Amino acid sequence: MATTETADVATAAAEAVPQEVAVPAPPARGITIKPWVWAVVAVALVFPLLKSLVPDVVSDYRLFVISTMMIAGIAVLGLNLLTGFNGQISLGHGAFYAVGAYTAAVLMDKVMWPDFLGGGTFPYWLAVIIAAIVCFGVGYLFGLPALKLEGHYLALATFALALAVPQFLKYKWLEGLTGGVQGIVLLKPQPPCLDHFFSSSPTMCLPLSEDQWLYYYVLIVMIALYFIAFNILRGRNGRAMMAIRDHHMAADTMGINSSQYKTVTFGISAAYTGVAGALSASAIAFVAPDSFGFFLSITLLIGLVVGGVASLAGSIIGGVFTVIVQNSAQALSNFAKNDLGLPFDLSAYAVYGILLLILMYVMPLGIAGGIIMAWRRLKR
Amino acid sequence: MEQFLQQVVSGLANGAIYACVALALVMIFVSTDHINFAQGEMAMFSTYIAWQLMQWGLGFWPAFFVAIAVSFVAGVTIERVILRPLHAAPVLSIVVVFIGLLAICNSVAGTIWSYLIKEFPSPFPKEQFGLSGLVGAHQFGVVLVTLVVLLLLFGFFRFTPLGLAMRAAAQNPVSARLAGVRVDWMLALGWGLAAAVGAVAGTMVAHIVYLDPNMMAGILLYAFAGALLGGISNPGGAVLGGFIVGVLENLVAFVGNLIEKWTGVYIIGNGEKLTVALIIVITVLTVKPGGLFGRIAVKRV
Repeated sequence: MATTETADVATAAAEAVPQEVAVPAPPARGITIKPWVWAVVAVALVFPLLKSLVPDVVSDYRLFVISTMMIAGIAVLGLNLLTGFNGQISLGHGAFYAVGAYTAAVLMDKVMWPDFLGGGTFPYWLAVIIAAIVCFGVGYLFGLPALKLEGHYLALATFALALAVPQFLKYKWLEGLTGGVQGIVLLKPQPPCLDHFFSSSPTMCLPLSEDQWLYYYVLIVMIALYFIAFNILRGRNGRAMMAIRDHHMAADTMGINSSQYKTVTFGISAAYTGVAGALSASAIAFVAPDSFGFFLSITLLIGLVVGGVASLAGSIIGGVFTVIVQNSAQALSNFAKNDLGLPFDLSAYAVYGILLLILMYVMPLGIAGGIIMAWRRLKR
Repeated sequence: MEQFLQQVVSGLANGAIYACVALALVMIFVSTDHINFAQGEMAMFSTYIAWQLMQWGLGFWPAFFVAIAVSFVAGVTIERVILRPLHAAPVLSIVVVFIGLLAICNSVAGTIWSYLIKEFPSPFPKEQFGLSGLVGAHQFGVVLVTLVVLLLLFGFFRFTPLGLAMRAAAQNPVSARLAGVRVDWMLALGWGLAAAVGAVAGTMVAHIVYLDPNMMAGILLYAFAGALLGGISNPGGAVLGGFIVGVLENLVAFVGNLIEKWTGVYIIGNGEKLTVALIIVITVLTVKPGGLFGRIAVKRV
């Protein structure tokens, strides 16, 4: 009985997919976005402006935390594109996160913006775009050897990547750029100013605090990336990706160039996670090699599993979840000690481990998938 | 030249550890086709058990054997309780469960024994001998213990009925089951043995790298490299691969130092050890997936 329950993520997800594919859906021009999505977006847009009205609910710190949640969501989304939708397991996405963060950080730290464009440091938004391009390249290149690997072997290769990256960032030759163990200290993104291009001390700036602006900035990037991912998956490319995941030989037979799809997916996935890394670099305003260890890759994996494999909305939920667990690690620890009477701390790492095990048995579709399943069952 | 020999010898000592962990990985891989990402953390946990027993007043060797026995039981339990229900699950679920195990072992060890680095005693005398004092007694002892373990395992698999049954279960589970071998229990037994071998590796290496919950991360990666190099489906090959990787690791750093001394250009050194392992892993996987001595699995579609 247990074996059937524990059915797997990929097949369970795959079962969901053919339902959509099997029905030859009319080629949808223009998608209808459900009203509640608009509502969510509207609330998200208005939320920071309520700061002056209800300062108890909306504070700069809270906005910052929400921004980090969205960043984590983007990173998990990237991993999900690869693992969930294309079936390539990656235990090393922290590496691409690190590459993105460092690309952006080095650009902002070392490259000066030309004077005729206003001068000052390298603009953070351009750094994110370049980080995405660099990460796409790195991911694509890593995707080439990964073509020959499957399942456990791919997991092993990416596992090695995750372990090696912090060391590589400390490499002596790169120290001039990366700052070695010390890392790089950055500036937070400043609210944009209309007259930025004309004067060095602009005055017509958006009346937002740093954290409010960060929130909007991350929100815009997240919505854009989500939209792009949604569109990639909706069309023929997405179906090809999933066909490769479900049975790559059958996909080959159907004329899908599976090596190209796999490497490009690897690149896109790395670019997404790299963007998240770049955003986090400017949000936290600091990067250091040891914050990109194996733990980061596990965090992304837990986001994937919690949110649900092969679920876009689930990715964001998973990202939010990981940040909640990390931020409440201390509270969790106290809770375990004082209320549950456990004789030891409950670290975020332990929570992750236990959750990974439990979810694999109880909710192979992740929390989001599990809730949706439960809801459907209730509705019937 | 003397330095070179010294590097080779200490590489062999490290290689013995990698060989042990690689062997543990291969034992699980051969019978279940799973790569156990939690192997390193399990070994670390066993080492902490040995350390705790020594704190309670046991000598090194009693603590060593008790820790091995406990690890064996724990390994069997993990297979029966956690992995048994997942036999038909897809790769992603299994990998995720292994990562979960890794996280649990690491954090539980951290909360029970704290993340402070601890000294771990060596059972061997402190003297240096051989090759004009190049070989530390501990290094020699590590190699010796590893070889004894390997011989014991070899004897077990080659000459006992139980070992034969385990080999049969790994090679052809269906026929083995028809012939009356309890395949499920053979898998659990394999896990137990792997955990026990890991415990040996952990207690031997802890004196060198010191005891802390993260001590096995790098070692596990090297063991992976060794196992892949020798062929992850071939126990003997994996052991040899472990030794090769151990020596290679030291020689790379050694050559890097030489280059720096002669030309003044720093290319590679101790800081890049994990990167070297990464390169070995990816190169072997892409160029020769079967390793030096392994067989290439042919998949029926």
